[in-house]
Amino acid sequence: MMEKQNIPDPIPFKFGKKLKTYLGIAAGVGLLALLIAVFVQQLPSERIWANLWMNALMFLFLGLGALFFWTVNTLGESTWQINIQRIMESMGLTIPFAVILFLVAFPGLKDLFEWTHTEHLDKILQKKEAYLNLPFWLIRFAVYFGMWSFFAVYLRKMSVKNDFEPHEKYLGRLRATSGWFMVFFAVSSSMAAWDWLMSIDAHWFSTLYGWYIFSGMFVSAVAVIILITIAFRHFGILPNVNGEHLHDLGKYLFGFSIFWAYLWISQYLLIWYSNIPEETVYYVERVNNFGTIFYINVAANFLFPFLALMTRGAKRQPLYLAVVAVIVLIGHYLDLYLAIMPGAVGHENASIGLLEIGLPFFYIAAFLGLFFIFFEKAKPVPENHPYFIESSDYENI
Amino acid sequence: MEAIVYGHFTDELELLDAVKALKNKGIRIADVRTPFPVHGLDAALKFPRSHLPKVAFAAGIIGGSLGLLFQVWVFTEGWPLNIGGKPYLSLPSFVPVTFELTILFAAFAMGFAFLLRSNLGPGKIPNILDEEVTNDHFQIILSAKNNNLSEAELAEALEATGALEVKHINAEK
Repeated sequence: MMEKQNIPDPIPFKFGKKLKTYLGIAAGVGLLALLIAVFVQQLPSERIWANLWMNALMFLFLGLGALFFWTVNTLGESTWQINIQRIMESMGLTIPFAVILFLVAFPGLKDLFEWTHTEHLDKILQKKEAYLNLPFWLIRFAVYFGMWSFFAVYLRKMSVKNDFEPHEKYLGRLRATSGWFMVFFAVSSSMAAWDWLMSIDAHWFSTLYGWYIFSGMFVSAVAVIILITIAFRHFGILPNVNGEHLHDLGKYLFGFSIFWAYLWISQYLLIWYSNIPEETVYYVERVNNFGTIFYINVAANFLFPFLALMTRGAKRQPLYLAVVAVIVLIGHYLDLYLAIMPGAVGHENASIGLLEIGLPFFYIAAFLGLFFIFFEKAKPVPENHPYFIESSDYENI
Repeated sequence: MEAIVYGHFTDELELLDAVKALKNKGIRIADVRTPFPVHGLDAALKFPRSHLPKVAFAAGIIGGSLGLLFQVWVFTEGWPLNIGGKPYLSLPSFVPVTFELTILFAAFAMGFAFLLRSNLGPGKIPNILDEEVTNDHFQIILSAKNNNLSEAELAEALEATGALEVKHINAEK
């Protein structure tokens, strides 16, 4: 076993000017795409709102998925993740800022959600009104964000406190709070998926929809963690991250891509089999009018990572793993597109154009900017964590 | 049976250090037996990667294609059934069985390939040198034949790494 003094010291991360300029340019590109879409192309308003909504969701999913990943590992007392823990902590801290992005899209709620037009609800929506009404929806929105933000901030606080004043009470609180987060997340992640995505097609329902969205969220977050880990390792910020860490992250990407496919086929198969019009309407719309994206979705999110990440070498080769992570990330963006656009915009107006490709750059820049600010604030690795040595020196069997 | 020398350890970290020390001296290690998998042992022994994943992949492909082809044959040629007015060749409904057969073939092939390769199986009498390995001891086995060293020298090298007990099994026995 390694001694602590033999472990190389990380280079403190500096959110430099060059990096800020790059992010600024990316954000500018995104805003420009939005402005062109609004003023030059004059796209229908629901397409603009749907894009803002979609990107806000993706932004939230990355932070929330990372927070979930960290709490799972904390709860499982896993040692391997200590070296990349600060990445997940900092990603989790972006959750409170996602509120702003959601609020930006709020004026478009009437365009996005049919059930908000309370004056002419049909019979099915009248029955759902006890749950799907704007005041209750807003209360739930506030509760989800309040709780998630609280957990993200509190857990980070405990983790950083342990840096300066190592004490097992902080680690105990980390563990216990992770458990409570897990309980809340189990319910809230499903309910948020109903509220923000499933209710776009308000007449349709699927019982495993929450899980389906969760699995996509988790895979996207793991893909981003992989990309940041590889970049930080390349620049020497995390010198203790080695092939073993990448191997473990790659296994998560591989395994949960299969899990996503499992839920995808479970949802599709049952609806296809029972062939009830009120359920099949969801897939009929997507297969007939969004056919290409529908099949690309399955190929990019299941077939590709399944075959590409099968071997051990693939998960340990940084550049290769990064390319796979990028493709899977794009795949899950398309998955979200497929969940929102057919219902919110309709096939007459929806397409992938400048707005869909350009706008994400603003959100990527915002996410990375916030992430770097938070990552800079603490040590790159929690050096006083009792598992730190083991995390720097372990091997996969 | 060839002449061998083996030493026991009670801690996996000591075992790993001993393996590395022996390797540094250029001594070939015939085998290491442990009560549970030890992280990093394969790398320390410089064993080549196992071929088991390839067996699993090949068997998975065979199982998956057989499962799919069998269903296609059954539902189009063998015993076509009209289920809910769906076409006979309905690929989505073949997915679960294809998936299960892929896993079944891969799992069984891996199990049998492992038993075959490790010379194990039902009715085999395992060659356990010392009952303690089945309890809490870790065992390094050295063979005089592939080391060009005498048994006494091997025993000495083992003792130098801190082995608890060093025993000989002679060729004559």
